[in-house]
Amino acid sequence: MDAQTIIARRAARELSSGMLVNLGIGIPTMVANYVPEGMHVFFQSENGLIGTGAPPEEGMAHPMLTDAGGRPVTALPGASTFDSAMSFGLIRGGHLDLTILGGLQVDQDGHLANWTIPKKLVPGMGGAMDLVSGAKRVVVAMTHTAKGSPKIVKKCTLPLTSTRQVDLVITELAVIAFPNGRATLIETAPGVSAAQVTEATQADLVIAKNVPEMTL
Amino acid sequence: MPDSAWGPCAPSHDLLKAFAMQTRPLAESVAMIPDGASLLVGGFMAVGTPERIIDEIVRQNKRNLTVIANDTAAPGKGIGKLVDAKLLRKAIVSHIGLNPETQRQMIAGTLVVELVPQGTLIERIRAGGYGLGGILTQTGIGTPVEDGKQSVEVNGKTYLIETPLRADFALVQAFLADYLGNLSYALTARNFNPVIAMAAETVIVCAEHIVPVGVISPDHIMTPAPVVDYLVANS
Repeated sequence: MDAQTIIARRAARELSSGMLVNLGIGIPTMVANYVPEGMHVFFQSENGLIGTGAPPEEGMAHPMLTDAGGRPVTALPGASTFDSAMSFGLIRGGHLDLTILGGLQVDQDGHLANWTIPKKLVPGMGGAMDLVSGAKRVVVAMTHTAKGSPKIVKKCTLPLTSTRQVDLVITELAVIAFPNGRATLIETAPGVSAAQVTEATQADLVIAKNVPEMTL
Repeated sequence: MPDSAWGPCAPSHDLLKAFAMQTRPLAESVAMIPDGASLLVGGFMAVGTPERIIDEIVRQNKRNLTVIANDTAAPGKGIGKLVDAKLLRKAIVSHIGLNPETQRQMIAGTLVVELVPQGTLIERIRAGGYGLGGILTQTGIGTPVEDGKQSVEVNGKTYLIETPLRADFALVQAFLADYLGNLSYALTARNFNPVIAMAAETVIVCAEHIVPVGVISPDHIMTPAPVVDYLVANS
C-alpha cells in the first residue's frame, strides 16, 4: 500500500454516520473513496454544496455542479446548495463536524502551516484559515516528511494557518494527537516502530503508554 | 410594450416603469464601466461568472480595473481572461493557485494581489452590502492576515476587525431573471453572486434565461428586483 493510500484509509476511520465533513485538496480528497459501506456522511464543498458525490459518468457533467476546484461532481440524495456566506457560516459557526486538510508543517504545539511558502508558493489561503479556525475537529492528513525533511517540527517556520491547535495528524508512519497540548504518538503504521517515527520527526514526541498499530 | 390587448390586466407595463429595471444590449451595458472602475465579480473558478460581460470588457479594452472576487480562475476562463489581457491593476481574492498568469504578474509587480481568507472576504462584501461597519472574526489571528488590523475582545474571545468591501459595479450571473430583475441561481453557480448584488453602486446582471414575471416563485427569488439596475439583453 502506498503512503497516500495508508493516510487516506486511516483518515477515513475518523468519519462516522451523520457527520458534515469538508475535505481539502490532495490526499484529503481521497478519503471520500474509503467511506465504510453503510455509513452516511455529508461532504461539503465550500463553493456551496452539501452532499457532494463522486465525479459524474462521462457525458453527465453539469457546468454548474462543481467542487471547490471547479471540477464536475454529482450531488447525493438530500444534497443542498447555498451561497458563499452560508457556506462559511457553516464552517465558522460550529456546524462543520470535521475538516481533513493537507499540511506543509505541524509543530509540537499542534499549530498547522498549510497555505504558503513565502516567495516560492503563494496560492492564497482560500478557505483553509476559516476551516482550521472554525471546524469542530481538525485532522491533518499529510506525508510524514517532504523530500526527506521532517514536516512535524518543533516550531513552524512557515506562516501559520491558524493559532487553533489541530486535533490529529495522520501520516503514512503514524497518528499523532495533542493531549495536554503536547504532540503524542498514539498509533504507528503496520510494520513501523516508534523509533522509526521519532527518527523521521523533528518535534519532541511523547510516546503514549500504549501505541497500537493503526487499523486501515 | 403594447398594453391595449391586456387592458386592465397589464401589470407588467406599470411594474417595469415603477421599478425602472433596464434591459440593455451587452455592448451598452459594458460601456457604462469606465477605466479604473472597481468590479465585484461573481463566480468560483469561473463557475457562475458572467462570461459574456467578461468577454465584452476584454473587447472594449477597459483598463486599470480592480476586481474583488473569490479567485482569478484559470487562464482563458472567467476573470482569468481579464488577467490574460492585462486589464487588472488590483485583485482582492482568496486564491490564485490555479492561475499561473496571476502569479506571474504579481511577482512582476504589475498586478497587486490582496489575499483574503475566503470566509472573511465574503463577509466583508456582505457587510458592505448590508450596511454594517465591518465584521469580527477569529479567522486570521496569529497569521500574516492580522498585520495592520485592529483586534477586539468580546466575551473573552479575541476577534480581528475586518472592514466592509463595496465596488462601483457588481457583475452578476443568474440562472433565471424575470423582466423586473428578480433573480434565482443554480447549484454551485450561486456562490458570491447574491452577496455581491447587494454591495455595488450599479448592479449588472447576465442570466441564463430571461423569463416573464411570475415564473420564479416569490419563495425561490434569491435576489429581489429592486437591487438590480441593468439586465443584459439576450444577443
